[in-house]
Amino acid sequence: MATTQSRTLARVMLLPSVTLLLAWMIVPLCMTLYFSFLDYNLLIPGDNEFVGLLNYEFFLTDPAFVESFFNTLLLVGGVLLITLTCGIALAILLDQAIWGRNYVRIMVLAPFFVMPTVSALVWKNMFMNPVNGLFAHLANWFGVAPIDFFAEMPLLSIVLIVSWQWLPFAALILLTAIQSLDREQLEAAELDGAGPFSKFYYLVLPHLSRAITAVILIETIFLLSIFAEILVTTSGGPGYASTNITYLIYTQSLLQFDVGGGSAGGIVAVIIANIVAIFLMRLIGKNLES
Amino acid sequence: MNKQNSQASKLIYTLLAWIIGGLIFFPIFWTLLTSFKTEAEAISASPSLFMFDWTLQNYIDVLARSPYFDHFWNSVVISFGSSLVGLLIAVPAAWSMAFVQNKRTKNLLMWMLSTKMLPPVGVLVPIYLLFRDFGLLDTQLGLVIVMTLINLPIMVWMLYTYFKEIPNEILEAARMDGASIGEEIFHVLLPIALPGIASTLLLNIILAWNEAFWTLILTAANAAPLTAFIASYSSPEGLFYAKLSAASAMAIAPILILGWFSQKQLVRGLSFGAVK
Amino acid sequence: MGSINLKQVTKSFGDVNVIKPLDLAIKNGEFIVFVGPSGCGKSTLLRMIAGLEDTTSGTIEIDGQDATNMPPAQRGLAMVFQSYALYPHMSVRANIAFPLKRAKVDPKVIDEKIAAAAKILNLTDYLDRKPGQLSGGQRQRVAIGRAIVRQPSAFLFDEPLSNLDASLRVNMRLEISELHKSLATTMIYVTHDQVEAMTMADRIAVFNGGIIEQVGTPMELYQKPINRFVAGFIGSPKMNFIDVSPKHGDPTHSLGVRPEHLKVTTEKGLWRGTVGVVEHLGSETFLHVNVEGVGTLTIKDHGDCTLQYGDTVNLTAPKNKILHFDANGQTIASLSWQ
Ligand SMILES: Nc1ncnc2c1ncn2[C@@H]1O[C@H](COP(=O)(O)OP(=O)(O)OP(=O)(O)O)[C@@H](O)[C@H]1O
Ligand SMILES: [Mg+2]
Repeated sequence: MATTQSRTLARVMLLPSVTLLLAWMIVPLCMTLYFSFLDYNLLIPGDNEFVGLLNYEFFLTDPAFVESFFNTLLLVGGVLLITLTCGIALAILLDQAIWGRNYVRIMVLAPFFVMPTVSALVWKNMFMNPVNGLFAHLANWFGVAPIDFFAEMPLLSIVLIVSWQWLPFAALILLTAIQSLDREQLEAAELDGAGPFSKFYYLVLPHLSRAITAVILIETIFLLSIFAEILVTTSGGPGYASTNITYLIYTQSLLQFDVGGGSAGGIVAVIIANIVAIFLMRLIGKNLES
Repeated sequence: MNKQNSQASKLIYTLLAWIIGGLIFFPIFWTLLTSFKTEAEAISASPSLFMFDWTLQNYIDVLARSPYFDHFWNSVVISFGSSLVGLLIAVPAAWSMAFVQNKRTKNLLMWMLSTKMLPPVGVLVPIYLLFRDFGLLDTQLGLVIVMTLINLPIMVWMLYTYFKEIPNEILEAARMDGASIGEEIFHVLLPIALPGIASTLLLNIILAWNEAFWTLILTAANAAPLTAFIASYSSPEGLFYAKLSAASAMAIAPILILGWFSQKQLVRGLSFGAVK
Repeated sequence: MGSINLKQVTKSFGDVNVIKPLDLAIKNGEFIVFVGPSGCGKSTLLRMIAGLEDTTSGTIEIDGQDATNMPPAQRGLAMVFQSYALYPHMSVRANIAFPLKRAKVDPKVIDEKIAAAAKILNLTDYLDRKPGQLSGGQRQRVAIGRAIVRQPSAFLFDEPLSNLDASLRVNMRLEISELHKSLATTMIYVTHDQVEAMTMADRIAVFNGGIIEQVGTPMELYQKPINRFVAGFIGSPKMNFIDVSPKHGDPTHSLGVRPEHLKVTTEKGLWRGTVGVVEHLGSETFLHVNVEGVGTLTIKDHGDCTLQYGDTVNLTAPKNKILHFDANGQTIASLSWQ
């Protein structure tokens, strides 16, 4: 469609979004890039000398970086794995004929509304606390020693909390997708003698691929920058055991006031995110728009 | 499969679903329950389900300790404000992309989405410094701006997918009927896309309400929304479960209620338009 | 009011020329039908006339005025889309009122016009329903109602009946024809349907690959197609084509005979073959006869034909009903329809 007039109009109407996003992306990014070459600490007034790649050298050779890099991957990968597998199982279960499905759906959906700070605090104190938490009570009741979650398995604990928050999202998207599956196809497969497993593998799973892609894409966007959950539970510790890159940069730039170092970290984070993004965009470009 | 058999399996599935649903919901339920207990009962080693002295004291304490309603109001302004402003900017863009497509449309859309992948920490320092220099730190306006920008790509994307379901011919009919572009959008496009717009708005309100990076970093006393209000409870460890629960309940209740009432739109919106 | 003049108009999407330079003069009050194979540019041309699509070059004149670059609303045309394009959130009444409201017509006048249109189109009882609660035919009538209240100088229809079932289509066809008689407004009508084209049109324009092959009254096109394409496109079942080896002094490359002009004969005919599939339609019978060296010929015989699969028959046709085409597929007038 479209005439010259409507095309011109379309360009005008795109302008605000494009300019704003461009500004939001380019201006601060250029500033970050610029700062990353400076010796710039908010606590040490000075003339912010140009130090070349020194900040990057410090950041990349810091053992904390390597650790938080892998923590980031584990965090994203772990949550994706848990939410997708549990999400698929839950979606299949909720797709069955059950009484009160709407109520179950409301219960499953609920964690999505809980802000990260609240869920982290609730889990940390009321459930995972080694003395007064519900899990500790349970362990005592069974006569086993309670686990000190955030001391013994800080990262895993955070993965669990975040998974709880994102499971509703995965489960409900997958449920919507499953419900759009052609029933006749399933019945035909049944007539052809397909068992539950082969039905799942050859019919349900391929049908879900688009939804799974959407879940991976959207969750990854949010999971790469997990912050509040770490801040209120472990503050990244013990040591750097539960620090991800986002948190590491936060501590450097806003807690240690090392703008130069933080900026270098920021650029590194952008590069990592870009690598992930390119990979993901390929995936959705293929899967979503078809 | 005979009838009895299918009834039995329905029963099993129902039980299973309710148990799992109950487990997922349990932390929220437990938090609500604890918020009505005394502190002593809250940490009791043998917690009771309903047989305790119900009290509202925790809520009173929380309200006395911090200006809950200020935080609540900040949350409302930030999440609703940014979602509405975002809608204002995103609707024209989505209209352009959905109805005046060209070869670049898809790339543009992907680019917009990719800005969402820009890690906030990548721009943390400059934004912090810019906000400081422009006096936007710890202001509602500052947060509305940031929230609008970080949710804009999602809004455009969602609206685009909803608009694309509307046949172009309907808008063309409006154009033939003499509608100006404004009339075309307000009288035809928006009413037809209303469910999609509602989902978009709702999801973005929730995302903004729960956003806990910029809200924690860019606010202090004045503009702090509920995310920051609740984060202040992370320091006094252990002994204040009941008050923590009350504060938590107060922080999540508004959005939980909004979400439950608009479940249908939300589930539709939850897929960000990616799954119909 | 309502003459439309296309002068050397073209349209390209990128490097693809969808409309080659094309001239067409549509007279005021005329019912003109565009037919042609799928993808030949009928809709595109219609949308260019409507102003929904730019004209790459050439001019479009409406009532003698250059309208090439006018926005759609100013052209004074109304369009009825294949999908009806009703506003789903508005009642039938609001749908029909929409163009009038945009033109800031007095509300009292709007009510009168809606009532009048509803009466013509039998929609009076449905005015407060939403389009979703109407049948396909009713929706189509609402779309037409929305078009007629504006009193446009011409109506543009893009396959308006193709979403309806066969019997409804016949009714709507008659209604649109009647509407044309009573309004006497120019109508441009795109269709795939032979019968619609033949029965409704004052003139038919046959499109092929972005050009118009021939424009003429239905009978002109049926009796005197200027080339093989038009001959094959107009008429149902399709005309039979028989390739002949060119003889010295005779430019004929192929012959065309319509199925209704082929006759089964006991005498020695022009062709001889064995009957293949026999299709009984009740009022008539289609015979598919395999003729050696020629291929399958379709014959339209009367309803009580008793021939069966495998019968051998002789076929003939009146000389003046056989068309002769030259090497380029053009009809050789001197040898045909004499
Ligand atoms: N926006 C566009 N961009 C590129 N090519 C287009 C566009 N619109 C139409 N075309 C091409 O132009 C040609 C003519 O299309 P048009 O819709 O006019 O055909 P039509 O004659 O109406 O066919 P049908 O009978 O199937 O409706 C087609 O080959 C089509 O692929
Ligand atoms: Mg067409």
